[in-house]
Amino acid sequence: MADDEGTAARVDALESILIEKGYVEPAALDAIVETYERDVGPRNGAKVVARSWTDPAYRKRLRHDATPAIAELGFSGRGGEHMVALENTPELHHLVVCTLCSCYPWPVLGLPPTWYKSPAYRSRAVIDPRGVLADFGVTLPDSTRIAVHDSTSEVRYLVVPMRPVGTEGWAEDQLAALVTRDSMIGTGLPSVR
Amino acid sequence: MNGAADLGGMMGFGPVVGEPEDEYFHADWERRALAITLAVGAVGAWSIDASRHAREGLPPAEYLSSTYYEIWIKALERLLLDAGLVEADELAQRRSLRPGVPVNRTLSTTAVPAVLAAGTRYDRPVDVPARFAVGDRVRSRNMHPTGHTRLPRYARGKVGIIERVHGAHVLPDTNAHGAGEHPQWLYAVLFEARELWGDTAEAGLTITIDAWESYLEPT
Repeated sequence: MADDEGTAARVDALESILIEKGYVEPAALDAIVETYERDVGPRNGAKVVARSWTDPAYRKRLRHDATPAIAELGFSGRGGEHMVALENTPELHHLVVCTLCSCYPWPVLGLPPTWYKSPAYRSRAVIDPRGVLADFGVTLPDSTRIAVHDSTSEVRYLVVPMRPVGTEGWAEDQLAALVTRDSMIGTGLPSVR
Repeated sequence: MNGAADLGGMMGFGPVVGEPEDEYFHADWERRALAITLAVGAVGAWSIDASRHAREGLPPAEYLSSTYYEIWIKALERLLLDAGLVEADELAQRRSLRPGVPVNRTLSTTAVPAVLAAGTRYDRPVDVPARFAVGDRVRSRNMHPTGHTRLPRYARGKVGIIERVHGAHVLPDTNAHGAGEHPQWLYAVLFEARELWGDTAEAGLTITIDAWESYLEPT
């Protein structure tokens, strides 16, 4: 970002113009940033995944219609109005991308990481997903098929990774701590650390 | 449109570099870029589809050499100009030169959490039945519209299977241009990698896209 200062000045000026014209409230801008830096992030999705691991009835609801099931835990809204949950199995691993822009399930994962929005990921996830997984240090058995989901509509996808072995009897919040953001996109796996 | 944003299958961008979970922004101006884009979007002068079209409409060389939030800001300036909310001399001089024009609504600070938690649904009731059902074979259209579309180039003219029926959703192709929502049935369509990428693609690998009914024909 050679021209970062130039861009910063450009954004600063635009913000001032919009405030002066009365289109935006300065405190509303801060509230938006706070929401996505403090309140809405991948810990939300981790709670959904942990609940689905521990509560078979919840898992069924999540599978059947993810949007209300996720709303049960208090997560809803912008970028997650139409949710679908994709469950990984030993035979099938899901990977989510948005090749056209950066569609991402905001209420459960927050703002997308830079790599999710990058040309490197968007270009390669659909043609070489195993190569992308290797970039993340993830190797799946050859017997595990990969299903890539290109988010081309307002429907948003949450990957439900497999529960790690050796976590029998764990409490829900202990389990949630194992669920990484990347494991809910499909570029990572939860692990017992 | 066949713009630079349609990246699926391109090569040469190098490895994907991961980053920590709590790293959302890399400069303070990125926070401001996100916030002003969302806040002024709430005025309702353009749709989500129009904002995507403004981003993908950047000249390819510029799109690919801009960072993500730079693309947002460049598109936001375009949208503000097109909507008549800001004028070119104001962007050039980097200050407001005249009062704002009347707008339908603004996002108040107290409403922010509720508005973000409510979102905006894009499904709509339609009075026509879905043309396709789960399991149907379809062919995606070989189409190259100059306007907005959500059918990626790599998935045009290809045979796939209906995997899911999502309901009827606002059609981005018209909505992006202020030409109406024209809701259509939306489907998840599954393609074998070999159908998309040829015989050297991994056997068993599938790629699913969401496609509106007019993107598809029976086969």
